[in-house]
Amino acid sequence: MAKITLDKLRHSYMAHPSGPQDYALKELNIDWQEGGAYALLGPSGCGKSTLLNIISGLLVPSEGRILFNDRDVTELPPDQRNIAQVFQFPVIYDTMSVYDNLAFPLRNRGIDESRVRTRVEEIAAMLDVTEMLRVRAANLSPDNKQKISMGRGLVREDVNVIMFDEPLTVIDPHLKWKLRSKLKELHHRVRATMIYVTHDQTEALTFADQVVVMQDGEVVQIGTPVDLFDRPQHTFVGHFIGSPGMNVLPCEVREGRAFVAGHDVPLEGAATPGEGWTEVGIRPEFVSLGATGLPATVRKVSDLGRHSVVEAMLGDTRVNAIVEGEVPGQGEAVHLTFRPDQTRLYRDGWIASEKGRAA
Amino acid sequence: MRKVNQKGWLFVLPVVILVAFNALIPMMTVVNYSVQETFGDNVFFWHGLGWFEDILRSDRFQAALGRQAFFTFLILIIEVPLGVIIALSMPRKGFWVPVCLVTMALPMLIPWNVVGAMWNIFTLPDIGLLGYFLNHVLGVSYDMTQNPTAAWVTIITMDVWHWTSLVVLLCYAGLVSIPDAYYQAAKIDGASNWAVFRYIQLPKMKQVLTIAVLLRFMDSFNVYTEPFVLTGGGPGNSTTLLSIDLVKIALGQFDLGPAAAMSLIYFAITLFASWLFYTLMTRHDVK
Repeated sequence: MAKITLDKLRHSYMAHPSGPQDYALKELNIDWQEGGAYALLGPSGCGKSTLLNIISGLLVPSEGRILFNDRDVTELPPDQRNIAQVFQFPVIYDTMSVYDNLAFPLRNRGIDESRVRTRVEEIAAMLDVTEMLRVRAANLSPDNKQKISMGRGLVREDVNVIMFDEPLTVIDPHLKWKLRSKLKELHHRVRATMIYVTHDQTEALTFADQVVVMQDGEVVQIGTPVDLFDRPQHTFVGHFIGSPGMNVLPCEVREGRAFVAGHDVPLEGAATPGEGWTEVGIRPEFVSLGATGLPATVRKVSDLGRHSVVEAMLGDTRVNAIVEGEVPGQGEAVHLTFRPDQTRLYRDGWIASEKGRAA
Repeated sequence: MRKVNQKGWLFVLPVVILVAFNALIPMMTVVNYSVQETFGDNVFFWHGLGWFEDILRSDRFQAALGRQAFFTFLILIIEVPLGVIIALSMPRKGFWVPVCLVTMALPMLIPWNVVGAMWNIFTLPDIGLLGYFLNHVLGVSYDMTQNPTAAWVTIITMDVWHWTSLVVLLCYAGLVSIPDAYYQAAKIDGASNWAVFRYIQLPKMKQVLTIAVLLRFMDSFNVYTEPFVLTGGGPGNSTTLLSIDLVKIALGQFDLGPAAAMSLIYFAITLFASWLFYTLMTRHDVK
């Protein structure tokens, strides 16, 4: 187990990057504690796999350092870093039995056969694959293959970190849930540092204690799932997390107050000073329909069972509201109210309202 | 009992007819000759399995079969590992990929008899590039029309030059289909280069390798044109392979009975060996 530090890390796939746009990964400074469960969340192409490959040693970063327990490992190849990685597609050695697959990383390191046996049996029991140990790995179903890939990571006792690169991509939806909870359970049992890369918010939020949200090679926010939901530091996080995502409405700021389409919208706190493009962000959970408030027209109502999502047009801007109970009909005029302590101000995408102190 | 739809046979029928006319019926005439004897004038009479017995007992057939088996053995033992090694060392990405592929494919594009003629001239001791170089520059006595060893070295080298590419290209196709994640996982698992080859590359190449071995077996076991053009079976009978001997008996001596019996034996051996290779190489495959 190890603490992982990323120190001024940058990476470009080009030999001579000329500006920030040439970097697949912009400057990163992250500290990951020993034994934590972390997720890297972001859309495809945001640089999360690049970061993963840098941590595992498959890629050497252009700049910066990676430290495992304060030891610089930046230049070390993967096998000397003592890490484990589970890939998007299950990687198994077809011609070997499940037992030999699990034993492979240990045998390559010259570990005593009796020790190999106890470890493999232990891990097999943890993964519920004991009865498959004698089966040829090629004959397994995809979810079991992926379990074996995970098992090869868990079987070594001294791994610094186990990394998961979108490991549930090829798994059937009904098995995803099972594997996900298995993973969570494994983390509690082995207490290894785990990093989970995904573009699926549910996977990230259910697995991780801390989520790193990335966009365009940049970390936008690091926080607990609750932090990300409650106070997104960037409108991107607001959009990306939540279903539907945060409503973002262009606004004008005058004397510390925000005006959306000419109406005064109370914020959670004072606007920080500064110039730029301003927007108000509010989650659909905190938008309510009532007799007073911002006038809007209902465009669409989706019944999701437990609640409905009402899509209303405020001028040209779309606002989603999650409503329980009675919903208005399509085309009806409604009034929207935003819960003030959940209404944030964003300037050029970044949060610009102070927490808690009303203006 | 479950009713089985038999209509499928109708769809196979055209192929059956086609194969019947271009393979089965002509082969039946061979079977016909193989059990008859003639004293000329187109008068034939029943000879039973006499020709088969004669052929199987004849020293000439056994010697030719031995040479044929030795030839095929050498071809497989050289071309298959060599092909795998070349495929492994070829680049997987970048500018050199098409260059390598085209270079590899070139020998296979040359017609068989041209290959024979090319190598014949290439190895002539007085004017051939290789022959002259060996005899007059290196001072090695080399003349494949005189020396059986030289003749053997030449036909083997020629076949390796001509057909190793087939193994290379098939293996290469198998290799490039392996996702990077396998190599990355192996690195992380601490696998040695040998383990990567043994547990990742070889299993992934197995299917194409099976085809490569089968094709190289059948082609080398039935080879005729190249050695015939190159050595004509000589010096003496030292490079007279089964196919060359068969043509001598059938068209040179016009002994149709023995030639027919020999053809069938030849065919049976090829078929049996191909079946054996295929069964052995696919016995562990997942159904």
